Amino acid sequence: MNDVTRQPRLDWPQYMQAMVEATQQPLLARFYQADWPGPDTPLRDVEFVALDIETTGLDARHHAIVSIGLIPFTLARIRSDQAWQQLVRPQSDLLAESVVFHHITHSDIRRAPRFAEILEDLLERLSGRIAVVHYRNIERAFIDQAVQQVLGEGLMFPMIDTMQIEAQLYPRRQPGWLKRLLGKQPISIRLADSRTRYGLPLYQAHHALTDALGTAELLQAQVATHFSAECRLGDVCC
Amino acid sequence: MQVELIEIRDHLSRFAPFDELPEDTLDDIARQTQVRYFKAGTPILQQDEAITELHYIRSGAVEIYRRNGELFNRLGEGDIFGQAGLRRHGRVRFPARALEDTLIYFIPGELFSQLCDQHDSLADFVDTEGSGRLRSAVEPQGRASELMKIRVNKLISRPPVMLDAQSSIHRAAAVMTEQSVSALLITEPAPDDPQQQRVAGIITDRDFRTRVVSEALPPETPLHSIMTADPITLQASDSVFEAILCMLRHNIHHLPILNRRRPVGLINLADVIRYQSQSSLYLVNDIFNRQSVKELQGLLPDVRATFLRMVEDEASAHMIGSALSSIGRSFIQRLVDLAEEQLGPPPVPYCFMVMGSMARDEQLVVTDQDNALVIDDRFDPAEHDDYFLRLATFVSDGLAACGYSYCKGDIMATNPRWRQPLKVWKGYFSDWIERPNPRTLLNSNIFFDLEAVSGQSDFVEQLRELIASKASQNPRFLALLARNSLNRTPPLGFFRTFVMEQDGKQKNIINIKGRGTAPLTDLIRVHALASGSTAQSSFDRLEDIAKTRLMPPESVERLRYALEFLSLARIRHQALDIQEGREPNNYIEPENVSAAERHGLKDAFQILSNAQKFLRYRYPYTNGGRQP
Repeated sequence: MNDVTRQPRLDWPQYMQAMVEATQQPLLARFYQADWPGPDTPLRDVEFVALDIETTGLDARHHAIVSIGLIPFTLARIRSDQAWQQLVRPQSDLLAESVVFHHITHSDIRRAPRFAEILEDLLERLSGRIAVVHYRNIERAFIDQAVQQVLGEGLMFPMIDTMQIEAQLYPRRQPGWLKRLLGKQPISIRLADSRTRYGLPLYQAHHALTDALGTAELLQAQVATHFSAECRLGDVCC
Repeated sequence: MQVELIEIRDHLSRFAPFDELPEDTLDDIARQTQVRYFKAGTPILQQDEAITELHYIRSGAVEIYRRNGELFNRLGEGDIFGQAGLRRHGRVRFPARALEDTLIYFIPGELFSQLCDQHDSLADFVDTEGSGRLRSAVEPQGRASELMKIRVNKLISRPPVMLDAQSSIHRAAAVMTEQSVSALLITEPAPDDPQQQRVAGIITDRDFRTRVVSEALPPETPLHSIMTADPITLQASDSVFEAILCMLRHNIHHLPILNRRRPVGLINLADVIRYQSQSSLYLVNDIFNRQSVKELQGLLPDVRATFLRMVEDEASAHMIGSALSSIGRSFIQRLVDLAEEQLGPPPVPYCFMVMGSMARDEQLVVTDQDNALVIDDRFDPAEHDDYFLRLATFVSDGLAACGYSYCKGDIMATNPRWRQPLKVWKGYFSDWIERPNPRTLLNSNIFFDLEAVSGQSDFVEQLRELIASKASQNPRFLALLARNSLNRTPPLGFFRTFVMEQDGKQKNIINIKGRGTAPLTDLIRVHALASGSTAQSSFDRLEDIAKTRLMPPESVERLRYALEFLSLARIRHQALDIQEGREPNNYIEPENVSAAERHGLKDAFQILSNAQKFLRYRYPYTNGGRQP
């Protein structure tokens, strides 16, 4: 088994159980109470949901979510028929550069609902499913911050980070000065570059639903290549 | 907000059969599509397991197997599979395995069959796994192919005007004027059944000018003495296209139509031209009216224009090949006439014969001349050869001037070796069949497609009979000819998913003649010779092969599709070259190939490859078969 499994991990069912008691918000209580898979569940039986958010910047305290894409899947099937995407109108002004970045225009955004209006729908789609993201620091921090703003308390839930998996597969991805001198390139663990290593096609980047689809495909490829469908959920979750 | 699976939709939109669907239908499909990654080497479909979805390859490569575990096909990006299983009560028919790391899109079977109901293009495409695609690429033809479907009896506007052979020419002229027709059918009682009238001959306006008035014949002269006896006829069930071909080939303007033996109509050039305006018939007519090589040369642009028009009208490869061959033969006939006008009548009878694509009715615009002279056995070289050399030179130079370049292999009547009496030819052919060597095998491939263009056509008939009877009895010749025909193989490695060419090099053009149509016609020739067929066109040969048990009927059918598809691809690319001002050639570049055409080419090459394997097995080479 791979290095990925060695890290000590949070006991998610225990955390969820505790939060049911702690939360003041019925909406969140319902979310925590959902039927969450235990750490011993084999990956083949886990219901995942690939999640990607596009934001106006990288700092959750100063920037905002502009779109969310998600797509439920299992190791056997990515369910496009249950895919969901949502533009979000942020409180703060959109920064000009991110507009170009995400192919989203101001007028698209002006017509979009605020995060508060879509939160219930979002939570329902995430309930009981293990979220799969590429670089959890964005999704985890921004959703925590956005929920904090709406409900006055933050939100954490279990995630699998496909970038973290790549990082642990290539711990020495930055070559030393000698190797760099000899022309060795660092190994990139960005979504597109990671996908290429598994023979997955190139997709248009920075479209929330496309990135979610790309992330779902990447996890399937990682499990097929480095783990097995029998692997415990607790060993990959974080 | 409407969910948009951009990557799925855009990919589908680039590949046949989805490329013909409207945007919103594609969005619909994308929204219902599921996805899964398969590591190289893992099974995707297992024999007889339940299947409810059409499989579409987003990336990677997949191998499809037969029930017995034999490899059936290799598929790549944009290919679909599983449709056979969907139609077969939802059980997998052909197991599939990922050859490379592969991403599969699953399209719900129910959605797919709805789509097939709404879009014919989809239904045609997926008809069956394998040959289905080819079929759809070949069959839906445009206006031109209507000619092949319309029966010639549709052209008949009135019953034929007929007279008995004993009637006088005076009476004939009166009837023709009264009925205002330009030709008469002449009948006589059938020899085996005097109650029945059969067609004995035909007489036209022109015959009255050339045979009656100019000779000042008395009005009471019986018709049988001036008529054209035993005219060429067609059956009512034949197609309009066959009527056109028949008129082209024989340069005739009137064609009696029979129902078995009973005459039911008489059609003329004008009737046919109504169906094919801008016809190649005009061009042939024009050829016969030209008075010099220089004037004939002026028709070169018309030949190309006729070719382009037929391509635009979506004529089949068979139709285009036949029409261009007829045009080529007309050039030769006219040049032979002009030569004889200049040189005087021949000292002994002879036949001007063509070989290769013109003989097979498969000529295109890029072509050189392959011809020969078969001379009467009374031929005395010292006395007669000067005449025939001059005739051959006149025709060959004339052809070169008209765009039929000289044969690089010197297979032309100007070469003394190919200007010989019939008995010498019989000797050549017998020798090539009984004692084949690498050089004569090449000759066999060229000369065993042969046709008389001018003069004594029975000389060529005799040669054809000789080839057909000798070759079929000579397994060693067939085995060597078969082996020889395997020298050129289809470029299976050409498209990425067909892995690699045997020599490991990635080439970026295909010689579609050299690696497609030529090996295919070579292969068909071997089977045709084995079955004793005297047919020359590959399509006719396939019909003869189908009548034997040399190969299963489905295989014959597949070869026909492959030939039609490869020929059409070659034709379309030549037409494109001409339209874009390039000199047409036999190469196609994959970037000029549409998705549907790419699929079709892949299938056609695969069929050719399989047929080559079968050929090796069907005509095994053993030294035991050596003739004394």
